[in-house]
Amino acid sequence: MHKSLSIDPGKCTGCLQCELACSLDNEGMFNPSKSRIKIFNFEDKGRFVPYTCTQCAEAWCLEACPTHAITIDRATGAKVVSDALCVGCKVCTIACPFGTINFNQDTGKVVKCDLCEGDPECAKACPTEAITYVDADWTGLEKMRASAGSADAAAQA
Amino acid sequence: MAWAGKMLRVNLTEGTCKSEPLNMEWAHAYLGQRGLATKYLTEEIDPKVDPLSPENKMIMTTGPLTGTCASTAGRYSVVTKGALTGAIACSNSGGYFGNEMKNAGWDQIIFEGKSPKPVYLYIENDKAELLDASAHWGTSVWDTEEGIKHNHGDPQIRVASIGVSGEQGVKYACVVNDMHRAAGRSGVGTVMGSKNLKAVAIRGTLGVSVKDPKRFVQATNDGKKVLADNAVTGQGLPAMGTQVLMNVINETGALPTRNHRDNQFESANDIGAEAMAKVRETDGKANLITNAACFGCTIACGRISQIDRTHFSVAERPQYHKASGGLEYEAAWALGAATGVGDLEALTFANFVCNEQGIDPITFGATLGAAMELFEDGVLTEEQTGMSLKFGDAKALCEMALLTGKGEGFGAELGLGSKLLTEKYGRPELSMGVKGQEFPAYDGRGIQGIGLAYATSNRGACHLRGYTIASEVFGIPVKTDPLDSDGKPALVKAFQDATAAVDSSGLCVFTTFAWTLEDFAPQIDAACEGDWTAERLLEIGERIWNLERNFNNAAGFTAADDNLPERLLKDAAKTGPSEGKVNELSKMLPEYYELRGWSHAGVPTNETLSRLGL
Ligand code: SF4
Ligand code: SF4
Repeated sequence: MHKSLSIDPGKCTGCLQCELACSLDNEGMFNPSKSRIKIFNFEDKGRFVPYTCTQCAEAWCLEACPTHAITIDRATGAKVVSDALCVGCKVCTIACPFGTINFNQDTGKVVKCDLCEGDPECAKACPTEAITYVDADWTGLEKMRASAGSADAAAQA
Repeated sequence: MAWAGKMLRVNLTEGTCKSEPLNMEWAHAYLGQRGLATKYLTEEIDPKVDPLSPENKMIMTTGPLTGTCASTAGRYSVVTKGALTGAIACSNSGGYFGNEMKNAGWDQIIFEGKSPKPVYLYIENDKAELLDASAHWGTSVWDTEEGIKHNHGDPQIRVASIGVSGEQGVKYACVVNDMHRAAGRSGVGTVMGSKNLKAVAIRGTLGVSVKDPKRFVQATNDGKKVLADNAVTGQGLPAMGTQVLMNVINETGALPTRNHRDNQFESANDIGAEAMAKVRETDGKANLITNAACFGCTIACGRISQIDRTHFSVAERPQYHKASGGLEYEAAWALGAATGVGDLEALTFANFVCNEQGIDPITFGATLGAAMELFEDGVLTEEQTGMSLKFGDAKALCEMALLTGKGEGFGAELGLGSKLLTEKYGRPELSMGVKGQEFPAYDGRGIQGIGLAYATSNRGACHLRGYTIASEVFGIPVKTDPLDSDGKPALVKAFQDATAAVDSSGLCVFTTFAWTLEDFAPQIDAACEGDWTAERLLEIGERIWNLERNFNNAAGFTAADDNLPERLLKDAAKTGPSEGKVNELSKMLPEYYELRGWSHAGVPTNETLSRLGL
């Protein structure tokens, strides 16, 4: 059974602990500019929105890669970039409709979320549970539970 | 490691930017940020210098932990000789700017001289240059930040800037970063304006590393757990923000009201945390939109608010309809209780304007409170002020915020701060502050220790130089009786020294609701070269305190300036648990000097100085 990152922007405070954890794991230092997950601050609305790769079942990036550098990690379902095979052509960054695979100027390779081999650092670092790592078939479970609760409250009223 | 190891020296007169290695010997003696920058400043400027002259310098500075994953590790400070006080100034801010500076590879930036024309500093990692700011001069913090991002086509730039107030010489202008986070007090933004420096814009992508990453993650996780398990940092602050204090302090009988005439505010309930969360009848929404954290913070005390669009303050002003930085406790007190205004939406509007134009809401609200007293006493007339300035007038609050933000009309007079304003009108006793800086939101009659902390604070009246409220009201780390002055000198000294170390680390002082130096030490030790213990941190704190004191003494301050206004010493508190109390400063001060190892004149003895290596 695979798990997915589940994101709830309503809980996010914009602390960037997820970006710090992601960059430490992948780059060996604290560097939000190299994080694979990003927090967007919609200032005027007072909304912080975390965003990263959702690991498409049929992944555009994987299909587009001419060197077959992107493969599926069977254990987690993550689409993973092989640095040895990536030539930095960036075709995947064009193919991805969501912008979640990006080029890294320092290495000349692309980077994306690889689900940390099934133990995502961002979810562990998040103090508010805005990011959780849950059953891939049931990312909506918490929302459903909340809706069920309010529907029931209405029925009882 | 932890420290980037280099700093930038910007000579505004010459228009040059130069990289220098950080003095690591000083870094080990003063840690970073407040301590280290104060060391540089005091070595480099004459303490008697006019704060607004080119000879004054201004330092933007981070701590060794800034930019790491320690909770709250996004802080930076602005250190200079304060425009409001003429004393050492160090104003600390959160948001994301400090992290960006560190990620660009700089521990601090020293600004010297004065630019012949308005400029802003643009930094992209190693590259630093001064650029023309004439298009931004005369515009607000909000427009400047947006404009600079637009200039460079880069939305990821972080900006710290001054508003129109700082250009116009309003004495308590702030440096505002990330739209609504401010290095707020003592007029550090006024100094920036006097140098024709409009903004600092940074993009940093180099990263921050620490000595032992594995041990560091463990130590910072331990720290985060302590914060999460603590009632204040794990529940009170996240749920209610700093506004959790409003009702508590009011019930203690220590909420200064109407320029400290009263010590309890009848409308406290209407301007506190509960009021912000309450759904409004007018539009079915609450004032509070969401909680917001500074960089790296697992507490998230920040508030984002939206003003009721039908409220008189914004009905004709759509630019204020968006969500922005909401009220924190000190601002809500100053804009509300100090002026007697109980209208939450008006307070939120005034707070937006303070952020937009970069003025310190504490000094602004307190100065308006003093002006209102002058007005009610008939010293100021409507002819002079342009409108009625009675206590409790929400319209006056909003109009005066707009005028002061731009230094226009009577706002130019309010921009002097309460000391100069009340002196000008012959009533200096009505200025509620110390060393030219106004009190924050706790009454020294109802909370004895904070009175001593105000009187002895090196940057003028301030709660953040020794937050004895933690002990006197919340019982952290031990409960002391707020009405009893016994033992307070030792308490004040302990808080002052510990806080000076915390302010030098890159972390937020609010962590100290839960953390002692024993919680800080392992985090600093895993990040920084050398051995770091709680004892060493405390000694560094004491060293910093004495260094600041020496500067102030050399600048011309004396023991006579460690004082409180007559109102706190002679006019007893009128209501609540503190009824009948005045502050017992004269009893506490000699003991405090003795504990500090200072002479009766408040001067550190040679023995004290050599013990601290000064
Ligand atoms: S760690 Fe969680 S709360 Fe913090 S920015 Fe990331 S998603 Fe938001
Ligand atoms: S506690 Fe509040 S002020 Fe301190 S870092 Fe966190 S959000 Fe910022």
